[in-house]
Amino acid sequence: MAKVLIIAEHLNGKLNSSTARCVTCARELKAESIDVLVLADAPDTIAAEAAKIDGVNKVLTAANAANAHALAAIYAPQVVAVAQGSGGYSHVLAPSTTFGKDVAPRVAALLGVAQVSDIMHVDDAYAFQRPIYAGNAIVSVSAPSDQILVATVRTASYAAATNGANAAPIEALNLAVDLPTHTRFVALAQGSSERPDLQSAARVVSGGRGVGSAENFAVIFKLADKLGAAVGASRAAVDAGYVPSDLQVGQTGKIIAPELYMAIGISGAIQHLTGIKDAGTIVAINKDGEAPIFEIADIGLVGDLFKIIPELEQALG
Amino acid sequence: MKILVGYKRVVDYNVRIQVKADGSGVVTEGVKLSANPFDDIALEEALRLREKGIATEVIVATIAPADAQAHLRNGLAMGANRAIHVVTGEAIQPLTAARALLKLIEKEQPQIVILGKQAIDDDCNQTGQMLAALWNRPQATFASKVEVAGTVATVTREVDAGLETIEVDLPAVITTDLRLNEPRFIKLPDIMKAKSKPLETLQLADLGVESGDHLKTTRYVPPPKRSKGVMVKDAAELVAALKTKGLL
Repeated sequence: MAKVLIIAEHLNGKLNSSTARCVTCARELKAESIDVLVLADAPDTIAAEAAKIDGVNKVLTAANAANAHALAAIYAPQVVAVAQGSGGYSHVLAPSTTFGKDVAPRVAALLGVAQVSDIMHVDDAYAFQRPIYAGNAIVSVSAPSDQILVATVRTASYAAATNGANAAPIEALNLAVDLPTHTRFVALAQGSSERPDLQSAARVVSGGRGVGSAENFAVIFKLADKLGAAVGASRAAVDAGYVPSDLQVGQTGKIIAPELYMAIGISGAIQHLTGIKDAGTIVAINKDGEAPIFEIADIGLVGDLFKIIPELEQALG
Repeated sequence: MKILVGYKRVVDYNVRIQVKADGSGVVTEGVKLSANPFDDIALEEALRLREKGIATEVIVATIAPADAQAHLRNGLAMGANRAIHVVTGEAIQPLTAARALLKLIEKEQPQIVILGKQAIDDDCNQTGQMLAALWNRPQATFASKVEVAGTVATVTREVDAGLETIEVDLPAVITTDLRLNEPRFIKLPDIMKAKSKPLETLQLADLGVESGDHLKTTRYVPPPKRSKGVMVKDAAELVAALKTKGLL
């Protein structure tokens, strides 16, 4: 039976919803137990959030000033110590976000095991499906059951586990691990946004090269605000400097699964489409009726976005 | 200072991948192969560090079948000083690649190792992190800006929350994101020059690397297709369609 350790992702004292998505994936492993490890400088409030997630058996915390920022070189040896410790863990999971992608392979290498990246489906505790070639092929992979299985979870494939009446016990660990000083946090420039978070939003409005400029992107933001949506962008729009890189959706950006995705002025390169394949409903607005985005859109509208968006806002009332 | 660059050959990013009918793999016969785009960015960054006088030598390395020499010659034509070809007929996994690259590090003693953040074939996004772990050195993944001063590199990383800056002591592993730079085009005279640059060939089997190929791929399938939807003629129809679906 699987005993799962999930590495919690958090920022500014708040647990990221990717952690609850990992819990959902862990439950599909038919796990005997699911524990969440919170590495932080002040883990208590984060741990309290994690303890409420349905399915979590125990929350482990390691408070250390060195854990104030998620540096893989500092987190990984601590994760390894816990994974190999008395918990007898068979699986270590992290979300396939930039946080998990950074730290999980470092953990796997220290353990001397392979890593399964981007689990999108669990066949059994050691057999999974994952996308390759920007999602243009899905492979079934199996891992040896005599090693700890390290994996990242494709968060768009799993809904966040609910918060019910759970109150998992929280256990503070005292990890005697030598931590390196060769890697130091300097700064984080965060896009300050009142809008919903792109990775967990139910609605997302994205703009592409067709929007034409950073100034023009205001129409995308305005429509998003009208819909209570997060804002995303294609690589072309980010490369052109219309919006910052943390808005990029696609193979190398964020992989998302909102209920409603509106692609505006986005032609639909395969690298972009791979980021939105799990969206509930895809709406495409593009002046080129031949754009590949229309091949996968549930609702398509051919026309000038600068004419359509104001009409859309009016129709929305 | 030496810089070692990982330079993988993959199916070109413009190729529309087809899964073989029997589920045994993807079609690679007759398909255009190119450098992994992230690795081109890695090489470009190394060349720029050399042009700034920070590095003195740039080495490109690949772990690939015997026919990958032309691929390495491209890296040499782009500007690398020399190349190392670790030959294997097998498609190796990231842990094995990291162990093999560590052997090259032990031999070459580079101060900076730059790899692409992921290869666009297996999309694993692991090798750089694994290499840094095995080397017991810092990793600066998903870099969009690299500045080297003395024995410290300051790296801006593209993370989900925005742009994170970290400082790492050298030697260190850096993995590249898309916006780190725009790789240069190869000029014809450089292709000629590359023919005489040193290209060392090693057999993976001779490196004494324990295989980390623990995963078995049992089946390939094409992704589920989204069915083609409906076209609407204006904004009012679009809103009506969204209301019908209960989305508004």
